[in-house]
Amino acid sequence: MDIFLQQIINGLVQGSVYALVALGYTMVYGILGLINFAHGEVVMAGAMLALSALTALISWGVAPLLALPVSLILAMAGCMLLGFGIERIAYRPLRHAPRLAPLITAIGVSIVLQNLAMMIWGRDYHAFPQLIKNQPHYVGGAIINDIQIIIVIMAVVIMAGLMIVVHRTSLGRAMRAVAENQHAAQLMGVDVNRVISITFMLGSALAAVAGLMVSANYGLAHYYMGFLLGLKAFTAAVLGGIGNLRGAMLGGLLLGLIESLGAGYIGPLTNGFMGSQYQDVFAFFVLIAVLVFRPSGLLGERLAERA
Amino acid sequence: MSKLEVNGLQAGYGGIHAVKGIDLHVEPGELVALIGSNGAGKTTTLKTLAGLLNPSAGQLLFDGKSLHAVAAHQRVAMGIALVPEGRGVFARLSVAENLLMGAYSRCDQAQINEDLARMYALFPRLVERREQLAGTLSGGEQQMLAMARALMSRPRLLMLDEPSMGLAPLMVKKIFATIREVAAQGMSILLVEQNARLALQVASRGYVMESGAITLSGSSAELLGSDAVQRAYLGG
Repeated sequence: MDIFLQQIINGLVQGSVYALVALGYTMVYGILGLINFAHGEVVMAGAMLALSALTALISWGVAPLLALPVSLILAMAGCMLLGFGIERIAYRPLRHAPRLAPLITAIGVSIVLQNLAMMIWGRDYHAFPQLIKNQPHYVGGAIINDIQIIIVIMAVVIMAGLMIVVHRTSLGRAMRAVAENQHAAQLMGVDVNRVISITFMLGSALAAVAGLMVSANYGLAHYYMGFLLGLKAFTAAVLGGIGNLRGAMLGGLLLGLIESLGAGYIGPLTNGFMGSQYQDVFAFFVLIAVLVFRPSGLLGERLAERA
Repeated sequence: MSKLEVNGLQAGYGGIHAVKGIDLHVEPGELVALIGSNGAGKTTTLKTLAGLLNPSAGQLLFDGKSLHAVAAHQRVAMGIALVPEGRGVFARLSVAENLLMGAYSRCDQAQINEDLARMYALFPRLVERREQLAGTLSGGEQQMLAMARALMSRPRLLMLDEPSMGLAPLMVKKIFATIREVAAQGMSILLVEQNARLALQVASRGYVMESGAITLSGSSAELLGSDAVQRAYLGG
């Protein structure tokens, strides 16, 4: 088996998920200058909702190939509602408060959502039902399976769709205008609150997709799964340059690759002293390195221009 | 047609009253200047009319309808447009996208395209810069863009805040020629300027504002001839 190629494939799959989640962080940051630390929990909610819907649909005898897209759509709708509610209840009242207030609130929302999820779905790991055959394919000595192929293709399609919305539609123009100057956007007739709500909902819909992808890929979902995933996706957004959409996608893919290659080679490189359980270290090593050497990220502007 | 009426307007930031009870009106098709020195409350007045600030007292009527509780973005659809101080162009949007933002509250695609063509005819400089990011334009070009963008909403009342600020004399001339042209087409215009002579040369009437109150009003000719205005604003 070719370890290098295998780690590249794993990295691209994981990176696609990070990219989708990082987009949610970066869209909200771009428009409000706020880090929505509850975003990881929206990913978790997406996974849990999809899983519940899927289990229910299957038990009613719905065909798996129909149940999968239906539960994805239900999870997306649920997460959009959740994202809308989070902004409306937790962040909007603090729109003009000092920056620390919404940040602390975000952490609070995150804890509330985790506990709510624990009350609804319990503390146990939930197994993701095996719906499709998940055929493995051998490519040049490495393995990629059906779910992984679907993850990468869906991520690419969704990201392309998002870029079209942001750069080619009137809504996207309004989003970019609000991100740049809320007062001027109002003078153009833009309902700023509506655009902010839509931004949260779009980011949350992407989070729902990512949540379903992660749980399908690992076969598991858990009320706490959003925490680490959220932090890593935030790292990816910072790596690419927070506030920058292309940066979030690039950062997500790079972080996935770094993690996967790091986990694959740390064993041989340290003579077996450290193993792939150190995988998580790489993401935060990257975060620290970016913050020290290039705080604006790969594609970001200098921070002074944003403030 | 559109008529603006302001009665006893008070507005400010926090506890500070920048505008202390002013009355003014703009008749349909009229070009009215609001002049006064820095900090007199002119910008605050325009911001309140546009809905960016809530008045603490007073009445705003547009076409006889109260603007009370009408949000800023809804006033655009009613026909009120403001070209803000400092222009407020979207630097990271292209020139064409900025113009389309001006038409945000309209959905008549064919007429929007027509108006785009009209704006490019009115400001030929913008045509060559169509795909450029607005942040790369010169100050004068940005002022043109800001005006064109405001006109894209098909306003019935156009408010301009210091259009001459920071511009080279030649550019100021161009901008004011355009203001004249737009006024000649019958649009109501409320023009705020520190450059009193320039403003009164294009306006038919004017108000003089001093520390939040209107101290003098009259036809442009009267104001240009008045001793008080001469001494305070025209350096004579």
